[in-house]
Amino acid sequence: MSLNFIQIILVLIVAFFAGMEGILDEFEFHQPVIACTLIGLVTGTLGPCLVLGGQLQLIAMGWANIGAAVAPDAALASVASAIILVLGGKGQEGVSAAIGLAIPLAVAGLLLTTLVRTITTGVVHIMDKAAEEGSFAKIDLWQYIAICLQGLRIAIPAGLILAVGAGPVKAMLDAMPAWLTGGLTVGGGMVVAVGYAMVINMMATREVWPFFAIGFVLGTVSEITLIGLGAIGLSLAMIYLALSKVGGGSSSNGSGNGGSGDPVGDIIDNY
Amino acid sequence: MAEQIHLTKSDRLHVWWRSTFLQGSWNYERMQNGGWAYTLVPALKKLYKTKEDRSAALKRHLEFFNTHPYLASPVIGVTLALEEERANGAPIDDVTIQGVKVGMMGPLAGVGDPVFWYTVRPILGALAATMAISGNILGPIIFFVVWNLIRMLFLWYTQEFGYRAGSRIADDMSGSLLGDVTKGASILGMFILGALVERWVSVKWTPVVSNIKQQAGTYIDWNKLPSGAKGIQKALEQQQAGLSLTHYKQTTLQSNLDSLIPGLTGLLITFLCMWLLKKKVSPIVIILGLFVVGILCRVANIM
Repeated sequence: MSLNFIQIILVLIVAFFAGMEGILDEFEFHQPVIACTLIGLVTGTLGPCLVLGGQLQLIAMGWANIGAAVAPDAALASVASAIILVLGGKGQEGVSAAIGLAIPLAVAGLLLTTLVRTITTGVVHIMDKAAEEGSFAKIDLWQYIAICLQGLRIAIPAGLILAVGAGPVKAMLDAMPAWLTGGLTVGGGMVVAVGYAMVINMMATREVWPFFAIGFVLGTVSEITLIGLGAIGLSLAMIYLALSKVGGGSSSNGSGNGGSGDPVGDIIDNY
Repeated sequence: MAEQIHLTKSDRLHVWWRSTFLQGSWNYERMQNGGWAYTLVPALKKLYKTKEDRSAALKRHLEFFNTHPYLASPVIGVTLALEEERANGAPIDDVTIQGVKVGMMGPLAGVGDPVFWYTVRPILGALAATMAISGNILGPIIFFVVWNLIRMLFLWYTQEFGYRAGSRIADDMSGSLLGDVTKGASILGMFILGALVERWVSVKWTPVVSNIKQQAGTYIDWNKLPSGAKGIQKALEQQQAGLSLTHYKQTTLQSNLDSLIPGLTGLLITFLCMWLLKKKVSPIVIILGLFVVGILCRVANIM
C-alpha cells in the first residue's frame, strides 16, 4: 500500500524519535514493541505492526548499550522493518519476512550509530569553545544539535525506504521464495536465544544458576503468566536475601548460611 | 560571601528534566561529558554569575564522564551539593569534584546495567511482547507507561538522595544495600530468563518417528458420519470424547523430546550462544549464523 503525505510525515517523526531514543535510552521509543506499534498506528496498519513489534522485542531482549559498546540497532531494525511491512501490504503474513530483513538492518544501524558518535566528538570540541566563552546558550544549542543528529540517523534511512516506494519493496518481498521465508521463521525462533545468552553471561554466577533452573522448569507450566512468574521470582530473591543474612554474620558470605554451613544439620541438632 | 545561594526545588527539577538528555551528545572521546554539562546548566547559571566562574564551571564539567544513564542521577545530586558549597565559599577544588564523579560512576554503572537493562526491561519487554503478539494493544502501552514511571521516579528520588547526602553518598552506596539490590536483581533476572528460554526460544523438530495405524473405534471414522451440519456436530462430539482425528497415530521427534524435557533444544541453543559469546564471537555473526541454520534446516525439512 502507498501512504499519503501526512502519513509519511508522521512516519518520519516516529523514526526521528526512535533515533533520538536509540542513544538517550530514556523514554524507550526505540524499543520494537513501541516503535513498530507507533508506525502501525500512524499508517493505519496497527494489527500486523503490533505483532511484528512483539516478535522483534523478544529478539532484541538483550540488546543494551553497555559502557562504550553499542548494541545492534533496535531503532533502525524496528522502524525500517515496520515500514517495509506496511509498504509490502501483506499484513500479518509479511511479519516473518520483515523480521528477516530487520536483522541485517540492525547491523547497518550499528555502522550509522558509530558514525554519528564519531561526528559528535567534533560537537563536544565546539562545546569546549563555548565553555571558554562561558556561554550556556551554546552548550544547550549543541546538545540539541547532537540529539537531532541521532534522530536523523533513523529518519533519513526511513525516508529513503519511503522514497523507493511500495512497488520495489513489495517486489522484493514477493521474490523471496517459500524456503527462505520459512527458514527465516525457523531462524527467528532460534535467534531469541542470542539475546538471552548475552544477558545470562552478564549475570550468571554459581550462586544464581539454581534460580535459572527453577525458572526453566516453572516456565513449562503454561498456566503461570509472566506476571505470576515475576511474583515468584521476586519472592525467591527476597527470601534468599533474607535467609543469607540470618545467622550468616559478616564473616561467611559465600555459602549464604552461616553456622556449621549445614542448615539442615543445624535444625536437626536443635531438635 | 555576603549571602548564601541555594538551589531551589525548581532548579533541581530543571536539572532532573535535563538529565533525560544526558546521552544526547555521547561521543567516543569523553562519552557523556556534553550531556553532563548540559544537565547542570540551570544550577551553574544560578550559582555562578561572572564569565570567568561560568567558564571554569563548564570546563570542569566537560571532563570525561560515563555511567549508566539512570544511575547518573545520584552523582548529579552529589555534584549539585558540592557545587553549591563551592559557590558559597567552601574549599572544594576541581579535583574533588572530578574525583567524586569518577569514583561513583564505575560502581553505579555496575548496578544499573543488570537492574535496568537486564532485569526490568527484559521482563517488561517480554510481558509487552507476549501481549502484542496476541494482538493486544495494551502491551506497548503498559511497557511505555510502567517503564517511564519507574524511570522518572528513580531519576528524581536518587538525584534528591544524592543532593541531600552530599559527599557522603559514595560511602553509603558502597554499603550492603547496593550489594543486595544487585544480587536480588540477578536472582530475579536469572529466574525469569530460565522461564523465557523455555517459552520463547522456539524450535520444532518435524521428522516423524513413528506412524502407527490405530485400532478401529479410537479414531473418528469420517466416512460413517452423517452428512451436513449433523456430521460436524457428531465429529466434534467424538473428538471431545477423546477420539483421534486420523487413522494414524503420528509421533514426531518433537513430541518425543517434549515428553523428556520440553524446551530442551532451545536450552541447548542458548548454552551454545553463551559459549560462542564467551569465545568473543560477535552476536551479529551468531544471529546471522542461526538464520542460515534455520534456512538449511527448513530446506532439509527437519524443522
